[in-house]
Amino acid sequence: MAQEFIVDGDRISAPLTSQPGDAVRGRAIVVDRQKGLCLLCHTGPFAEQKFQGNLAPDLSGVGSRLDSGQLRLRLVDSLKINPQSIMPSYYRADGLHRVGTNWRGKTILSAQDIEDVIAMLASLSEADAGGVQK
Amino acid sequence: MIRTALIAFTTTVAVTAIAQIAPGERRSGAEFMSPSTQAMQKDDTSNPGMLAALEGETLWNAPAGNEGKSCASCHGPADKSMKGVAARYPAIHQSTSMPVDLQGRINLCRSDNQKASPLRFESRELLALTTYVALQSRGMPVSPPDDARLDPFRNQGETLWRQRFGQLNFSCAQCHDDNWGKRLGSAPIPQAHPNGYPIYRLEWQGMGSLQRRLRNCMAGVRAEPFGFGSDEFIALELYLMSRAAGMPMETPGVRP
Repeated sequence: MAQEFIVDGDRISAPLTSQPGDAVRGRAIVVDRQKGLCLLCHTGPFAEQKFQGNLAPDLSGVGSRLDSGQLRLRLVDSLKINPQSIMPSYYRADGLHRVGTNWRGKTILSAQDIEDVIAMLASLSEADAGGVQK
Repeated sequence: MIRTALIAFTTTVAVTAIAQIAPGERRSGAEFMSPSTQAMQKDDTSNPGMLAALEGETLWNAPAGNEGKSCASCHGPADKSMKGVAARYPAIHQSTSMPVDLQGRINLCRSDNQKASPLRFESRELLALTTYVALQSRGMPVSPPDDARLDPFRNQGETLWRQRFGQLNFSCAQCHDDNWGKRLGSAPIPQAHPNGYPIYRLEWQGMGSLQRRLRNCMAGVRAEPFGFGSDEFIALELYLMSRAAGMPMETPGVRP
C-alpha cells in the first residue's frame, strides 16, 4: 500500500523517503520497459534506447520545466492534475478497476523508485538537451 | 473521499466529451503494418491464415457428433450459404434472445444440430471453422444487424470500451480512439477494428480470435482479462463491429 503524502497545489513537496533519490538508479528504472515503462509513451534523451514512444511529452529538459515537487505529484498520481491524463498513477494502489492478480494492491513503483526517478528527471536540463534532441 | 470524487469527475467528463473516429478517418489495422506484413496478408499463397481456412473447409465437410451430420449437410457449400454471415455477427440467437458471436454460433450449431461437443475456445478446430466461415465474407462490408435487442449489449460494450482498467489504468478508447497512429514503444497504435478476425499474429506464431487479442491488451494494462466467451467480450465485439460498420472484412488478417 502507498503511504500518505500531502498535495500542495501541483506539487508534493516532501520526498516520499528519507533516503535521497539516486539518479543512476532512476535512469535504469526510466529505460526499463517492464518497470518504469516511461519510454513506451515518452521520448527522452536516452540515445541508446531505440523505439521510444510518442504518446506523451518529450522528457528532454523536463528538469528545467518542473521542479522536484511537481515531478513527484506527476509520478505519484498525474490524475490529480488532469483527470483525463493517460499517464498511469505510479504510486497508487486503490480506486483502480479489475487489476490483475499479480498487481493487485501494489503500486507500479516503490516510494524509493519514485525518488530515484525524480532525481534523474530533475537532472535533465534544457541546456543539456541542446539542439541534439530537438 | 477525494479519490471517489475524482473518479466520478473523470467518468462525467468521459461521457460528455466522447471522441470518436470520423468515418473518413477509419483505417484497418492492416494499414499500420509494414509493407512486408501487408504483402503477406494480401497474397493467399503467403498468408498463413489461409492454412486455417483450408483446415476449416475440411471440417465444414466432415460429419461430427451423434447426428453424423457435417456443416455442409444442412448449409451446403459455404461459399453461398455463409457469404456475408461473419460480417453480421454477433447477432441475437433466436431461442435465447441473447447475442452470440460467430464462434459461439458455430458451437451452438454443434450442440443443437450435430449433437457434438462444443469446440474449446482458441482450439485449432474452432479457429479453423471460424476462419473458413469468415473468409466467405472477405471484401464485404461489416454489417451489424439493425436489431434493437442488440442495443443494450452494444451500449454495455461502449461503456467497457471507455472504462479504465488495470494497474496502468488505461481504457481502450484512450489508445485506440484518442491516440491511434502514434507509437507505443516501437508499435504504431491501430484503431482496433475487428474486421480481420480470426487473425494470424506473427507474435503468436498462430491463429487467434478477437477475444484472445482483447485479453492481450487487458494483460498489457495489468488488468484481469475477461474470460473467453464472457458477456463482456460479446458486448465489446458488438460495439467494435458497430464502430467498424461498412469497413470491408479481411479475414484472415495477418498482424505483427
